[in-house]
Amino acid sequence: MYTQAMDVTPLPAEGPKALPSAEEAALEAAFNERIDAGGFIEAKDWMPEHYRKTLVRQISQHAHSEIVGMLPEGNWVTRAPTLKRKAILLAKIQDEGGHGLYLYSAAETLGVSRDQLLAALHAGRAKYSSIFNYPTLTWADIGVIGWLVDGAAIMNQVPICRCSYAPYARAMIRICREESFHQRQGYDALLTMMQEGTEAQRAMVQDAVDRWWWPSLMMFGPSDVDSPHSAQSMRWGIKRISNDDLRQKFIDATVPQAKVLGVSLPDPELRWNEARGHFDFGVIDWKEFWQVVGGEGPCNRERLAARVKAWEDGAWVRDAALAYAAKPHTTDQVA
Amino acid sequence: MTEQKTEWPLWEVFVRSKAGLDHKHCGSLHAVDGKMAVQMARDVYTRRMEGVSIWVVRSDQIVASDPADKGMLFDPMEDKVYRHPTFFKLPDSVDHM
Repeated sequence: MYTQAMDVTPLPAEGPKALPSAEEAALEAAFNERIDAGGFIEAKDWMPEHYRKTLVRQISQHAHSEIVGMLPEGNWVTRAPTLKRKAILLAKIQDEGGHGLYLYSAAETLGVSRDQLLAALHAGRAKYSSIFNYPTLTWADIGVIGWLVDGAAIMNQVPICRCSYAPYARAMIRICREESFHQRQGYDALLTMMQEGTEAQRAMVQDAVDRWWWPSLMMFGPSDVDSPHSAQSMRWGIKRISNDDLRQKFIDATVPQAKVLGVSLPDPELRWNEARGHFDFGVIDWKEFWQVVGGEGPCNRERLAARVKAWEDGAWVRDAALAYAAKPHTTDQVA
Repeated sequence: MTEQKTEWPLWEVFVRSKAGLDHKHCGSLHAVDGKMAVQMARDVYTRRMEGVSIWVVRSDQIVASDPADKGMLFDPMEDKVYRHPTFFKLPDSVDHM
């Protein structure tokens, strides 16, 4: 699951910058040439320091999002309505864990350690996608998350498969292959409730849609005019499509899906615009977005506390495993 | 900080997707030893039966060429075009060689 506005790395404070040496200028020119030609950068290639920092931040925050994203869904594992739904939900959550690990692996190629990345998350210095700061109040939320939240994530993630930093692109390809099951299982669960469910179950689905629709649109991040770092990420081939364009694509794809489900979307201004060839939609409440990003969403504290607790409670497991591995063994010696 | 001493070592993972193909690098993970690394690689990289065989290697055991030396390292290969079959023009009747 993707993070929004997560490619925002603060630029170093303006001040007298040392002029790049002739060698560094040549390296940067070659780097830019490769990016412009649609080429890839690998882990040990020369890269501008800001490119490296931007990617460490973006990839690690993407990874954190996957891991934190396991929590709202974990909430319903013990209360899934059938064994089949429980097994499917477990498989999806395992995937999210796996996706986080692919991304940590990609981030670590840039010369940063896992412990450093986790320390940043636990101290509140690193962010994760703010969509996971909302609570899952009913079983219908689980279906809606699959349909809308994973749907938005897929929209965001497909272009990153062509990111200039190859380890990130390769991780994204692996993730995208698995992500479409996430959206389909959610939609399938909702179809069952809408087509075979009771009046109360249908109302439950509509209520979940009403709560998750706008936060899902916010996943794409602020409008590009309000995202000053988008331009640099585009220039470096990290970002391929603008926030606004991705958001529009998502809305255009989702409105017909809502119709098939038989749910309404909570936006009175949503209507097809023949001239534009797209759906017009209402104004997003960016105040809510910045509040949640800033730590004041419904579940921010709970999510971070859960992660910190898991880390601290697991310390003895990490230490014990290391101690065991350090002991001499008669068979299966460490390679 | 004692972080460095307590962090599990990093391993690179290679998976053979089916008999007849090579093991391909697919990423890395942290584990305390080879046995755990293989187990975890199974969970992280083959949830959909993507592999029939797994290799794990400690990342610090991998010796890699330096990309900065790429030009110099591969230079001798560049001008030996006669290594390619297409360099040799033969009569049509025997060109299937």
